[in-house]
Amino acid sequence: MAKYLLLKHYRSDHDIAAQPIPPMDQWQPEDVEAHIAFMQQINEDLRASGEFVDAQGLSPEGTFVRYDGEGRPPVTDGPFAETKDLIAGWWIVDVDSVERAYEIAAHGSSAPGPGGKPINEWIEVRQIMGAPATVTE
Amino acid sequence: MTDALASSGDLLQDLTPQVLAVLVRRGADFAAAEDAVQEALLEAVRHWPDAMPDDPKAWLIRVAGRKLIDAHRAESTRRLREMRVYQEPESGPTEHADDTLLLLSRCCHPSLSPASAIALTLRAVGGLTTAQIAQAFLVPESTMAQRISRAKRTVSGERFDRPGDVRAVLGVLYLIFNEGFTGDVDLAEEAIRLTRQLAAATDDPEVDGLLAMMLLHHARRRARRTSDGQIVSLADQDRSLWDSAMIANGVEILQGALARESMGQYQAQAAIAALHDDAATAEETDWPQILSWYDELTRFTENPVVVLNRAVAVGAVDGPLAGLAALTSVDAGLPRYDAVAAYLHERAGNVEAAARHYARAADLSSSSLERDHLTKQAARLNARG
Repeated sequence: MAKYLLLKHYRSDHDIAAQPIPPMDQWQPEDVEAHIAFMQQINEDLRASGEFVDAQGLSPEGTFVRYDGEGRPPVTDGPFAETKDLIAGWWIVDVDSVERAYEIAAHGSSAPGPGGKPINEWIEVRQIMGAPATVTE
Repeated sequence: MTDALASSGDLLQDLTPQVLAVLVRRGADFAAAEDAVQEALLEAVRHWPDAMPDDPKAWLIRVAGRKLIDAHRAESTRRLREMRVYQEPESGPTEHADDTLLLLSRCCHPSLSPASAIALTLRAVGGLTTAQIAQAFLVPESTMAQRISRAKRTVSGERFDRPGDVRAVLGVLYLIFNEGFTGDVDLAEEAIRLTRQLAAATDDPEVDGLLAMMLLHHARRRARRTSDGQIVSLADQDRSLWDSAMIANGVEILQGALARESMGQYQAQAAIAALHDDAATAEETDWPQILSWYDELTRFTENPVVVLNRAVAVGAVDGPLAGLAALTSVDAGLPRYDAVAAYLHERAGNVEAAARHYARAADLSSSSLERDHLTKQAARLNARG
């Protein structure tokens, strides 16, 4: 019983970059439809299995921000045109085992791309911190 | 909410599982019985403020039974022959005890995952709302509703008129107590309430052992955290904050269990907790007795965490080096292995090794509170060295 964050990365430095997948707006419309339907089905399945906590997509462009001292405006940097690691979104699931979290992540990674072929994007699985146990002695 | 309504709310929470159990024992489908009980509760909320029945439980059983029959009629006539069982005479009070165990063992059926068994137990026996359970688990209410209805479908398969394995029930109650759930409802107290019900319904020393163990730990709840919620380890707790009445209650229940001379892991765990509770200061802890209880405990469980905790006791009795020697048989990948190793190394004067183990324990922790606690220990030692 633990919650996991399933982060959807698009990594351009990985071997899948050898056959880069074009942006979705250049896919065939039916491939786009199939991809979106696949993602919606994952959410529906997770809801039905009682494992769904959250699912969100992120806009692709981000800005880095940091504190720059009292009374000064924050420093900003970016957006960066050439990013090697783009986080596209996430699922949060509440599951019985880390193996189950891997299973969901691998299924998400098999989402269909152009021509219906799996896009095999990397999905990073991270456990979310929970409460400490009461009995420790 | 008026006082009258509030107290009838408490009464309804107590009666819900009893009424459900009666319907299930008479052979009703679990999911259908649960729906019928919910409808009967709505009727109760509507009618009781004007006319409180003399026997609220009988009233609920009658109304829920009628709802169940209505549902069956509306659905099909397929099960008509089964309806006879709902029209049997009302049960006597002696059946209440059996019903509690029956219902709990159904909700904790081994075919359910722990998470599902916990949710179903809290819903069907604890009488909590789906929203309250969802909040405790930190998941959306719709997810919890799905989890509960799947669990109900899973256990709905067979007719269920004999109590199952009480060990499975104890395991689930232990998890409810131990998981540190947060939210509006104190699930540790809910676990104690359910275990009390089970203890009243059974004559099993291990049920009493679990109840005693819960009380003996729960008695320390006010001392376990600082005012801003950080962990205070057992040795550093302000023992004047411990609930002495609850400790006395736990000890009494434990003694009653031990007198029946059928030892088990929960009684042994309760005995260890009782010995800690009995020490006015950490220094006065009777470690030799605690160690002998750990030896006893290893006879009943192969849980490696017991060996880990036993090493702490060995360290206190025979010195930290003996404790570290006892650790060598434990898998270093276990959660809390590094925390125990760090503690023993610090006592042995190996500050550097202790700091390293605390830092590693913090990295491996799956709880932010615990990680912060361990990081502070590592920082304290590193600043000293």
